[in-house]
Amino acid sequence: MRYVITLFLIMFGQEVVSQEWEDHQIFNAETATTSLRIVSSTDTDLFAPLIEAFVAKHPDVGVDYFVTGTAEIDRLFRDKPKAFDIAISSAMDLQLKLTNDGFALRLNGVLHPEWAQWRQSLFAFTSEPAAIVINKAAFSGYPIPRTRQELIQALRARPEAFRNRVGTYDVRKSGLGYLFATQDARASETFWRLMEVMGSLNVRLYCCSGEMIDDLITGRIFVAYNVLGSYAAVRAESQNALEIILPSDFPTTMMRTALVSRDTLVPQQAEEFIQHLVHQQSGANEAATSPLPRLGRAGDADRATIALEPALMTFLDALKRAKFLSEWTSALIQD
Amino acid sequence: MDNPTVSGSLRYRLGLTLIGGAAVLAVLLFFAVRSYAVQVAQQGQDNILVASVTSMLDAAAIRDNTVEVDIPYAAFSMLTTPADDRVFYAIFQDGTFLSGYRDLGYLGPDAGLENIFGFANVRGVLVRQVSASRTLIGANKRTEVQIVLAQTQDALSATLDQISRNAALLGVGFFTLAAALSVWATAATMGQLDRLTTSVTRRGPQDLRPFKNSVPQEMAPLVQSLNSLMARLDQSLSQSEDFIAEAAHRVRTPLATVRSYAEATLQRVDKEENREAMRSMVKAIDESSRAAGQLLDHAMITFRADHLEREDINLVELVRDLVLRMTPIAEMKDLSLSVQGDGSVPYAGDAILLQNAVRNLVDNAMKYGPAESLIDITVRAEPHPHIIVCDRGPGFPPHEISTLTSRFKRGQNAENTIGSGLGLTIAQDVAAAHGGEITLENTSKGGACVTLSLSS
Repeated sequence: MRYVITLFLIMFGQEVVSQEWEDHQIFNAETATTSLRIVSSTDTDLFAPLIEAFVAKHPDVGVDYFVTGTAEIDRLFRDKPKAFDIAISSAMDLQLKLTNDGFALRLNGVLHPEWAQWRQSLFAFTSEPAAIVINKAAFSGYPIPRTRQELIQALRARPEAFRNRVGTYDVRKSGLGYLFATQDARASETFWRLMEVMGSLNVRLYCCSGEMIDDLITGRIFVAYNVLGSYAAVRAESQNALEIILPSDFPTTMMRTALVSRDTLVPQQAEEFIQHLVHQQSGANEAATSPLPRLGRAGDADRATIALEPALMTFLDALKRAKFLSEWTSALIQD
Repeated sequence: MDNPTVSGSLRYRLGLTLIGGAAVLAVLLFFAVRSYAVQVAQQGQDNILVASVTSMLDAAAIRDNTVEVDIPYAAFSMLTTPADDRVFYAIFQDGTFLSGYRDLGYLGPDAGLENIFGFANVRGVLVRQVSASRTLIGANKRTEVQIVLAQTQDALSATLDQISRNAALLGVGFFTLAAALSVWATAATMGQLDRLTTSVTRRGPQDLRPFKNSVPQEMAPLVQSLNSLMARLDQSLSQSEDFIAEAAHRVRTPLATVRSYAEATLQRVDKEENREAMRSMVKAIDESSRAAGQLLDHAMITFRADHLEREDINLVELVRDLVLRMTPIAEMKDLSLSVQGDGSVPYAGDAILLQNAVRNLVDNAMKYGPAESLIDITVRAEPHPHIIVCDRGPGFPPHEISTLTSRFKRGQNAENTIGSGLGLTIAQDVAAAHGGEITLENTSKGGACVTLSLSS
């Protein structure tokens, strides 16, 4: 087995190494005899506790944890299904399409509720709402917007204060941003009006939640739309400076999902990792210490979770995507 | 009695046919239900695929001279199945791939008239696919958009497995029920035959009346033939009885005449050897007359046994009366008759028949009893009314004593029962008519005893 992995690393190592990673960490390198290669869109500091709990239970398994964007994960996985064992992404649509296209391995040993898995191959393990995050300083003396409509009014009321000071995902680059945007567009026309308003304020576009939150904290922007609240919440500095608003008009909740590559060389360890993941993140597990939000929908009936269903592929259609992006561009980028 | 030649069993044949038929029907039922379910399930999937592909095609439009297909979210949403079936689609413009999965092929330009269904293999899995086409008219061109939509059949096969299981259960249930019904029907049908058999078997030896019980239509011819057979047998039997009685009667009268002439001649003949010849002649005539009398008795008993006339009588009185009448004959043979037993034995029976029976037994005893001996007649009421007639003769031959009674059954060795046998036959028939029997035994002193037992 090790020989195969060595051979494999020689063959594919170059690509893996030459890839530009946001982060790359190796867990349990000392005692490991096999290695799980995980490509993920989740920041290492958020995910590390889950990996550490896993390697504590499985000292012979090491974890190679690569962090990159959701769109990049999809591209890498399609190009080289053998290069990674597990793909973890917040872009449910891309993950579902990977599964639909046959890249995922069926794991019959993972017990998971019907609504949180697809084809026994794609497993959701967090429930994370899209949030509006604001820099409190910018709203001192003004009412804090609770809905998209109120946000539009707030932005329109003080255009000069917010010019160049609003940010959102660049949906052309970020898979998660695209998922949030398309789900918002499905839900309400308000989304487009908000995009137009943000466009008129010369919106800043970001690839990732992390950078957006950085800029919020430094005061470079005052409002970030469709950020993952979970990312903002774990930033110690955010406690005083930021406020996380879950819009009450219509909610968009994403589930982070994991799948095992069809071509994995360590299917047993990969399945054990997924079992560990869903167990740690299930609402029933009290002992878990992961900073990631738990999976669950109890009591959150109003925060509609994006369903894991084939419909997620709709906006991934080339024609549909081109049309959506052209509308998005024309709304947001006003020269 | 000859056993009939048995070839096969009606019960077995009927049961096998019914149960075999039920099995075949159950299997047919299973396949019929299953194939119907396959059709319905496939129809269900096809309907959804058509709805989905139609809604996608409806969203196709030409804008700025390019084809746009704004796939509705519901188009794929409606393809959600419990088994999370995989979905593939491809959009073609005039045969050129626009979007979706290249694995699905263009189905040709004429496919637009109606939906085309089919199966295909996409990425190693079997999928059900449907295509739909539409012609779009732009500012200066016509263009055909074709959408091929495909879905795996995991949910469908799960449903079919479920239905197959249920259909199998249905088939097994149907078979069990039908088999039980078959067994019941066979038993009920065969029961009619058994009932007829029982009623034929139960009949007394002289019961030749036709069967009056109602039987199923199919068995009516059998019963009719049986009845007609018995009617012919009855007629033939009574004819022969009549004939015997007539013959005996006709013989007895001339015999009496011949005897009186012989007696008269005996008185006139002096020569000893002639007298001896005459005595032998008288003795032979007596013997013939006695046999003729017994034949007459037998014919009468056969007739009366079927129409028993019971009346209250005292058996002791009946026997004494008879003994009184037979004493002269006994005295002629130097025999004495003695009647013993209870003082009175009341019984409800046919007096004429009983007298006849006892007379024949005494007659036999007188025949075998040596001269100057006693014939004991005992009448007792307990444990049931019976009359014992014992002589002091040589007794029954020991090797025949166990078989003699069975020899008297009707229709067996009739030619051997003439003589003492016929007397026993008469007694036996009378006893049987009164629900009793006769038993034979030899006394320790060597005489023969016949017991005529009557039912109490």
